[in-house]
Amino acid sequence: MTHFVILEGVIAFFLIAGGAFAFIGSLGLAHLRDFYMRLHGPTKSTTIGIGCILIASMLYFWVTEGKPDIQEMLITLFLFITAPVTAHLLAKTGLHLRLPHVDKTRGRPVELRREEVGEKPVPHPDKGHG
Amino acid sequence: MLDIALWISLALILMALALNVYRLAIGPSLPDRLLALDTMYVNSIALIVLLGLWLNTKNYFEAALLIAMLGFISTVAVCKYVLRGDIIE
Repeated sequence: MTHFVILEGVIAFFLIAGGAFAFIGSLGLAHLRDFYMRLHGPTKSTTIGIGCILIASMLYFWVTEGKPDIQEMLITLFLFITAPVTAHLLAKTGLHLRLPHVDKTRGRPVELRREEVGEKPVPHPDKGHG
Repeated sequence: MLDIALWISLALILMALALNVYRLAIGPSLPDRLLALDTMYVNSIALIVLLGLWLNTKNYFEAALLIAMLGFISTVAVCKYVLRGDIIE
């Protein structure tokens, strides 16, 4: 009997922790000042929040049905793999569009080389400029 | 205890969705809106999982998995379109 109470407490803790992490991530998205800062909240905090909620769901169905199920862990695994890829592509998009950033944002975007913006001809690897 | 935790978690996720809609509405640039949409699909997965817990059924996990996959693919597709002007080169 007691271990059901303890498991209920653990599930409730994971649910509230997940909701709090997701809320903090979205708060960062709404509140921070430039795009490169805003990228931090959703990609880290929201991902761990959804992970906590899915762990809570997995524990709940494990307790009620008596056997574990890895279906929920599949969603967690997929989100944990895809979140950095999405963040990388969004950061590349922001750099490509040369979004403004405040002075406190460290790490200046690397200036594109002149060949890459088409101002200078790029030599052919074999023939050179000839 | 689980009911109260479920309500608190639901309220937090709904507030998170409201903040995402706010950023989607005012976002000054295109990547801001993309980031807001990306966060919205992650939060909607949390909402669907909470609905499954509330109704005590496992039928909604396939929907959550589908939303995860389609959201990732669509974000990558729009990012590629903005970066390269084309999705599949």
